[in-house]
Amino acid sequence: MAATAAPAPITSFQTSPTEYKHWTLTVEGDIATLLMHVQLEEGQGDNYELKLNSYDLGVDIELNDAIQRLRFEHPEVRTVVITGGLDRVFCAGANIMMLRSSSHAFKVNFCKYTNETRLAIEDASEHSNKRFLAALNGTASGGGYELAIACDEILLVDDRNSAVSYPEVPLLGVLPGTGGLTRITDKRKLRRDRCDVFSTIAEGIKGKRALEWGLIDALAPLSQWEDKVTEMSRRMADELPERAADGVSLEKIERSGDDDNWNYEYVTCEIDASSRTAELTITAPEACPKDADAARAEASSWWILRAMRELDDALLNLRINRLDVSLVLLRAKGSVETLQTTDALLAADGNWFVEETRHLVRRTLKRVDNSAKSFYAVADQGTSFTGTFLELALACDRIYLLNDPDFPVEVGVTTANGGIFPMANGISRLETRFLGTPEAVTAVLEKSGETLDADTADELGLATYAPDELDWEDELRLAIEERASFSPDALTGMESNLRFAGPETMETKIFGRLSAWQNWIFQRPNAVGERGALQCYGTPNSPEFNYDRT
Amino acid sequence: MIDYSQKIPNNVDLSHDKRLQRALEKWQPDYIDWWRSMGPTDFNEKEIYLRTAVSVEKNGWAQFDYVQMPDYRWGIFLQPAEAGRTIGFGDHQGQEAWQEVPGEYRNWLRRLIVTQADTEPASVEQQRLLGHTAPSLYDLRNLFQVNVEEGRHLWAMVYLLHSYFGRDGREEASELLERRSGNADHPRILGTFNEPCEDWLSFFCFAMFTDRDGKFQLLSLAESGFDPLARTCRFMLTEEAHHLFVGQTGVGRVIKRTAELLAEGKDPREEGAIPFEVIQKYIHFWCSSSNDLYGAEVSSNGANFFRSGIKGRAYEDRYEDHQALNDSYEITQVEGGRLTTEEVPLRNAMNEVLRDEFVKDNLKGVEYWNRIVEKAGLEYRFRLPHRRFNRSIGVYANHHFDLDGNIIDAAAFEAKKHEWLPTDEDREYVKSLMQKVTEQGKYAAWISPPPKGVNGQPIDFEYVRL
Repeated sequence: MAATAAPAPITSFQTSPTEYKHWTLTVEGDIATLLMHVQLEEGQGDNYELKLNSYDLGVDIELNDAIQRLRFEHPEVRTVVITGGLDRVFCAGANIMMLRSSSHAFKVNFCKYTNETRLAIEDASEHSNKRFLAALNGTASGGGYELAIACDEILLVDDRNSAVSYPEVPLLGVLPGTGGLTRITDKRKLRRDRCDVFSTIAEGIKGKRALEWGLIDALAPLSQWEDKVTEMSRRMADELPERAADGVSLEKIERSGDDDNWNYEYVTCEIDASSRTAELTITAPEACPKDADAARAEASSWWILRAMRELDDALLNLRINRLDVSLVLLRAKGSVETLQTTDALLAADGNWFVEETRHLVRRTLKRVDNSAKSFYAVADQGTSFTGTFLELALACDRIYLLNDPDFPVEVGVTTANGGIFPMANGISRLETRFLGTPEAVTAVLEKSGETLDADTADELGLATYAPDELDWEDELRLAIEERASFSPDALTGMESNLRFAGPETMETKIFGRLSAWQNWIFQRPNAVGERGALQCYGTPNSPEFNYDRT
Repeated sequence: MIDYSQKIPNNVDLSHDKRLQRALEKWQPDYIDWWRSMGPTDFNEKEIYLRTAVSVEKNGWAQFDYVQMPDYRWGIFLQPAEAGRTIGFGDHQGQEAWQEVPGEYRNWLRRLIVTQADTEPASVEQQRLLGHTAPSLYDLRNLFQVNVEEGRHLWAMVYLLHSYFGRDGREEASELLERRSGNADHPRILGTFNEPCEDWLSFFCFAMFTDRDGKFQLLSLAESGFDPLARTCRFMLTEEAHHLFVGQTGVGRVIKRTAELLAEGKDPREEGAIPFEVIQKYIHFWCSSSNDLYGAEVSSNGANFFRSGIKGRAYEDRYEDHQALNDSYEITQVEGGRLTTEEVPLRNAMNEVLRDEFVKDNLKGVEYWNRIVEKAGLEYRFRLPHRRFNRSIGVYANHHFDLDGNIIDAAAFEAKKHEWLPTDEDREYVKSLMQKVTEQGKYAAWISPPPKGVNGQPIDFEYVRL
């Protein structure tokens, strides 16, 4: 039997098109093509082969990178064609042998990341003047079809053989959990009985019926394949306004330090393994561009863009490589003026690069929302939780604010807190925080452009606890020790329930419902027991289920 | 109202099976349309001396008479049921064989049946123009016999789809008539069945190697716990044997002709025969292409099919252990450009187990050919390419091997390719020999006559009335 709880793989989330192993990104005018050709032997683990364009985390990191770069480096691209480089197969989804040999924690983190990547595709479609065409040149099963339905339109080859399918339930005893069961109902809006049928036919549905049911948008015979892809991608591009090809190249994020001390330019992370705590600090520089043109001139060195990419990298590394860290103490430091200037820029429309950066900040904030760690914002002396950084504090589970006249701490409100970084639930963090008292949101936003002393901030409801200097250390120590002592599972469950008050969206359903069920199934003997379906797949053994319904 | 028992010979009580009648009412005319457009079109009006199966009784399965092919009575026959048959292997071993499709395996079974079924019309399509270049009436008749029986095998599979798989089965049955061999838009499912089969040497090689894959697939499905499938395949095997005979003796007669010329000190090319080297290259090509049909060496599907009792091993009764759960199989893999071996669970190696039988069976055919060469007093010996040679599917695909299975680099393969596989010139040469011979008792210059005719008829019998 394959070993479970493999050691945490050391994964880097930084890559670039020249380093891709599994994808080729080509741009011709306003149409880009992302060709998936997963290398059998180049998986992250050595105990599985990435057959039939199946993917592991490494494949998805490249996809995520490509989507991100298309937004920044190729604003001129209006249609992105995602297609497969294998004969008769588009993509077979997540690699089953990889899942089987992974720990529960890795499975969960892997699925979370792939979900975020699919959402990034939709996010680019919504905000970045791009449309995505899934050109399924062969069968798209499981995660392969889930990738397709994250795109705007789906074209399937009509060779009387290629199908789209969700084999997870009938074959693997798990769910199409990368948004599959959510998008099929909420995005493509198929009838639920048809969804039920589709999700239980391992070999899927092909051709005309797939079209009739709305699983795909178009069919093309092999001989007309290229023409049809060209025609559709052209049409999709023409539906959007043109943009100049003045992209900004995303320079690599550099990290120095050691296993427990990560130093980026604007972000540091110090891990204390004994207390299962990480101190994550982000710092705004003294000087910054004052207008959009100046920001554009700094390109990917623009501090807020770089700082957020660094924060994102740190969060992803904490998730995947530091399962032992339970609590993140988040501090924001640096120039209040820089934040105020930058926020004013970020809030204004009119410059694609600035807008793109705003969207990246929003996505990075969501990474905090979706991380299975406890977050405390620590507003002690020298911190400057202002605007975008205040959003970071609001993303935390608690805010500890030092309230002592002898050690003044200021908190700043800017336009950035007024809704330019909506959460997955579609509303701002302030609105989510004050769901029952909307007037409290107004009260905070009335202070926009101001810095508030700790007393005022506390009165406005921005602090969870606001102890004075005498109590501060002990309060904080107790809160940390207590938190670190709780069941990590209960904490993850509790936090992900409490963080997303208010409206449901497809995104909240994916993380709150689909992922939760998937993660439950991932723990059940029917999936991962010795004779569970996931465990038996590809082995000589048949699964043996406990047929009791729970 | 159609009298089904007359039109469609069967032993499945078709005249009382409303469901099957309904399905066939729609499908049968489509099938005839398909035959008229995709079968040996230009010979549809001719009278052919064909064998028709009209019952499963001893005398019933081989009735000879002149028939126009579209009027051939394609029948539905299952080997008679064996009372109290139990499942012979896998996790359900010892349980009563299934008379209905078990719901949990419905999709797998359907896929197996569709994949098998798809090969039957495919080969008819591949061979549809060969009638124009037949080397004799005897061979022309054999070609058509093979064609109508492939058609009947399609019927047999369609019967299963219609009877046991509901609406999905009916749709799959229709699609079997929509895919086309070598069609750019909707090709046949398996690659080999999209290869053009434009000359008679290819046809004989196809019948020798590709139909032999069919034999072993049928043998393994004949073990199926799904009884109607097992019984259908058992009956099909009797017909498949004839196709293999056509292939093996066909290649043998080509070899014999060349051997005789060589023994007389003549140059085969000057006499319009086919040199041994060219025949050997065709053998390499068709044998390696057919090796692909068994699928990947390590296969989850193979394990699933075995454990679930829907597809066994050929000659399952020769094995002692029908669980195949504790044994392993040593697979040679390619790692970092070198061959290594890996133990995989036996159930996951079922494709390879079946390929072993195929290779063994092929060797017998090669021995038969070499006896012909030997008899002519020649040194030359035919051989099989190693199973790793020229593969497009499985662990050896995307690597290069020589005829003995040694791994070599792409450049070395390219340098030798023209010695190992048919070149354009070879194909042109073979094609240039393909001239129709229709005079009774006459045979083309590149093939020797058979030792005896069909059904006791002489070799100069009028097998086809042109």
